[in-house]
Amino acid sequence: MSTTLAPAEVQVEQPQEAEWAEHDRPWVVIVWNDPINLMSYVTFVFQKLFGYSRQEATRLMLQVHNEGKAVVSSGTREKAEYDVARLHAHALWATMRQD
Amino acid sequence: MDDQHRIEPAPDGGVRVHIPAAERELLLQLRAELLALLETSPDDPTLGRLFPPAYDDDRLESEYRRLMHDELLAGRREAFNVMEATAGQEKLSAQEAEAWLRALTDLRLVLGTRLEVREDTFAEGLDLSDPRAPELAVYGYLSWLQEALVEAVSAASGF
Repeated sequence: MSTTLAPAEVQVEQPQEAEWAEHDRPWVVIVWNDPINLMSYVTFVFQKLFGYSRQEATRLMLQVHNEGKAVVSSGTREKAEYDVARLHAHALWATMRQD
Repeated sequence: MDDQHRIEPAPDGGVRVHIPAAERELLLQLRAELLALLETSPDDPTLGRLFPPAYDDDRLESEYRRLMHDELLAGRREAFNVMEATAGQEKLSAQEAEAWLRALTDLRLVLGTRLEVREDTFAEGLDLSDPRAPELAVYGYLSWLQEALVEAVSAASGF
């Protein structure tokens, strides 16, 4: 049994490092274009939820409108999920994925 | 804009809403219809847009849904309750006006999904020969009201 101890330690450490790397990669929150939500409302929601300036919120809204989607926030999985839920509460079409 | 259709930031905060009683009745009727749909047919495809998925991953998505669905549903009901309670008021607080914005968004999403509204649906105005014309007119009204409210609430919020 003692001969298996050393390799076993190494095996335990490797996945831990991989897990940390996995955990550290930020999550991004994406808002998708839809044909119903008003451009002015989307801009308002970005300002209200994220504290963006009118200019920055408008830039993101136009990116959603013209390119079909935009990343509106990023961070830990918990933060991204919180932001997605707030966007869903305002009926914006938002998803999240790890970058 | 005529005097009966004036939506503006109130001097002491919040928003002034001047719309006729018949339009307030319409909002209450649409509200009741949507709440009834949520109650009786929660799986109706037109409601899907109110609860979009957060994750691609099925396991993470079902966990998100388990954690958040009821809370999101409760938030929607709350906004509609505020709209009902304040439907007759000429003056809305900023918070009440934001609840109207959320309720109007939900109404437009469900109606717009049912009518298969696209970006260019109104590009050439309302086609009166379209069998959807009456409902599209209601959708257009909700869009006008929301646009005016967003502008007033943004101004009232200092945005």
